[in-house]
Amino acid sequence: MAVRVQAAAFDAGAEANGFAAGLAQAGALVTFTGLVRDNGGTLQAMEIEHYPGMTERAIAAMVAEAITRFSLEDALVIHRFGRLLAQEPIMMVATAARHRGDAFAAAEFLMDYLKSRAPFWKKEISAESADWVVARASDEDALARW
Amino acid sequence: MRLTVLYFAWLRERIGAPREDIETEAATVSDLVSDLSARSEGHALAFADLTSLRVALDQELTDFAASLEGVREVAFFPPMTGG
Repeated sequence: MAVRVQAAAFDAGAEANGFAAGLAQAGALVTFTGLVRDNGGTLQAMEIEHYPGMTERAIAAMVAEAITRFSLEDALVIHRFGRLLAQEPIMMVATAARHRGDAFAAAEFLMDYLKSRAPFWKKEISAESADWVVARASDEDALARW
Repeated sequence: MRLTVLYFAWLRERIGAPREDIETEAATVSDLVSDLSARSEGHALAFADLTSLRVALDQELTDFAASLEGVREVAFFPPMTGG
């Protein structure tokens, strides 16, 4: 298991290859990369704040849960904080399992939990305003399926 | 009891500080919120609607009825928007 919370950019392809190189028995590798979305083309930057200490603990706990629940061989989560530009990768999840069903489900499980249970807060900066992103009820509801 | 209180996102902005070290006799998170709300108008405004806030005790998410016994760090923040 690897959890990295960092300001630095990362190369999702290189990370996926590095993750894959450490696997011994997996038949399926699923990766998801989240990008900074520019709603309407006005975004100058996205600022991501987090709670150092709790962030790492919370993510490690959800990754451990995913590994047990979906019989993963391994899992990786990278999540950035600080100031990011449109289309930059914010975060990625990689899951490896014997079969693809578990790898896909684990990636979705981790994404749902990262959205609502990892202490990150996003602020969208445009020329006119700076607004905290409001959590959506649908993100909270998504946890109910697990 | 001595506590470190942390604030994040718009709550930090509204209160005007990322952390406060306070002395309190509060037994629960709710009691602590009452104490903090009395500190300034900014605090009172920030804690006006608890349904829009979350709380963590020693970095574990919990609820406002939770006991503060043995706790050293309390963090208040809006619903998280990771991913």
